[in-house]
Amino acid sequence: MTEPLIRLRGVSVRFGRQQVLSNVHLDVFAGETMALIGESGCGKSVTLKLIVGLLKPTDGEVFFEGKPVHRLSERELTAMRLRVGFLFQGAALFDSLTVFDNVAFGLRAKGGMAEPDVRVKVRQRLQEVGLPEGAEAKMPAELSGGMRKRVGLARAMALDPDVMLYDEPTTGLDPIMTDVINELILLTRRRTNVTSVVVTHEMRTVQKVADRVVMLYPLSRLSGGEPQVVYDGPAAGLTEAADPRVRQFVLGEARDRLTELGGVYHD
Amino acid sequence: MASDLAEPVPLVPQPPERVAAPPTPRTFPLTDALDGVGDWAIFSGRAIRGVFTRHLKGRELLHACFDIGYSSLLVVAVTGTFIGMVLAVQTYAQFHTIGLDTSIGAVIHMSVVRELGPVLAAVMLAGRVGTAMAAQLGTMRVTEQIDALACLGVDPVKYLVSPRLLACLLMIPLLTVVADLMGVLGSSVICLKVFGIEPYHYWEHSARFVKRFDLLSGLVKSVVFGGVLCLVCCHRGFHSRAGAEGVGRAATEGFVLSFVAIMFLDFVLAMITNTIHDSFWPPTGARVA
Repeated sequence: MTEPLIRLRGVSVRFGRQQVLSNVHLDVFAGETMALIGESGCGKSVTLKLIVGLLKPTDGEVFFEGKPVHRLSERELTAMRLRVGFLFQGAALFDSLTVFDNVAFGLRAKGGMAEPDVRVKVRQRLQEVGLPEGAEAKMPAELSGGMRKRVGLARAMALDPDVMLYDEPTTGLDPIMTDVINELILLTRRRTNVTSVVVTHEMRTVQKVADRVVMLYPLSRLSGGEPQVVYDGPAAGLTEAADPRVRQFVLGEARDRLTELGGVYHD
Repeated sequence: MASDLAEPVPLVPQPPERVAAPPTPRTFPLTDALDGVGDWAIFSGRAIRGVFTRHLKGRELLHACFDIGYSSLLVVAVTGTFIGMVLAVQTYAQFHTIGLDTSIGAVIHMSVVRELGPVLAAVMLAGRVGTAMAAQLGTMRVTEQIDALACLGVDPVKYLVSPRLLACLLMIPLLTVVADLMGVLGSSVICLKVFGIEPYHYWEHSARFVKRFDLLSGLVKSVVFGGVLCLVCCHRGFHSRAGAEGVGRAATEGFVLSFVAIMFLDFVLAMITNTIHDSFWPPTGARVA
């Protein structure tokens, strides 16, 4: 079996008194698109940030190409990050820069590319995500949610990454724009054979883009010793999963959660 | 399998199954504070290193200097003038009764260049610029812009903090000079024009007692204050919690902590500069028994 590109081994993360991940084991293989699903607060975004070393695990180890991310030198960590594109939940565009400068930022920071080449590449990336030339001079505050996500995607793709991490790429978008982003994820993969991890709540996105789905369950709802990964398999098997918690999530049924509303619901 | 999903919602409210929370490590205020100081020291080290290692574009630095220096000029000048005037009123009330009117200039000007000018410029900068820096960086933290910088291979501390630090270090001595000048001007107008103190002796006493060392020690202090307030405010911004409340708290903490740090450092530096002064120019003259 081939060595995974990204590997989480017994990873636990705690913020103060709040434990988010506990003893999580996860492998991501080169070329696959893995969707990471689960309820809010189960640690999906934290997992993405662990992969690029933005967060450090309290316990356990994260490996990128077999090397422990949190023991890389500053130079090695920067080199690794330049191989990973990250589309943030709110796109995280730099407020003070135009759309063009946002997309060009990574290329300029990395260096080694003449300004005319940067210009060509930025225009190419913006065109790929369907943004007209007129959008280049706009500031992030002037963009709609969908446009911001597309600029964020263009910025993440500008450095031709080997791995793409998408943090809720379609959250808050209308159904058409959701499908546009899904298609862009598929297009990016077809074009570059990039390895992708997509954190999402959107089951249409999961069904459309994922080769493999991993579901995390919130720690607060698990009994002692139960693994936090409650599903790891193909998207097609989600609705037939043996674990009722998986089917409940996929079908969006609150069921026993309504009991938590107590009197409010039952009155 | 489908039957599981078909189960009706229970009608009787039941408490959700809760698992005992994993044991949480105990924290102590003192260790938290030491952790915070250690984290700030590492952060400061990275920012200071960035001043020397990061290639800063002239335009970028000019922009930061303009933001920090020029926009604070008016408020520093106005408050400096009033501090000088207040000092003149209070000192005159004390000195006039013992017939030392002409010595007022020396006392006020010494206080202004050694203490009030640097402290005032630093406090104004902390309020006017430090809180803004904490809020800007806090907003960047909560909107994940700082994480995005790191993902694009850029050290956020060097990119965001080092130019601000350099601009603060360059601008605060100039603002201190403005505060000093306006303090001297304000106090002199009150002493000479309102209280009618004889100008020759007023200026002669000032020139005799206020030396270049006093001015220089004030400027050195201001550079320390400027660096510390910038690093404290930026550190708070970098560690901002989510939401408007988190950003607001970061700005408030930035101001309060830098104000306390300025006062503490002022005391320490006053002791040090006095010791240095006395070792080079030992105090002479009559002492009150």
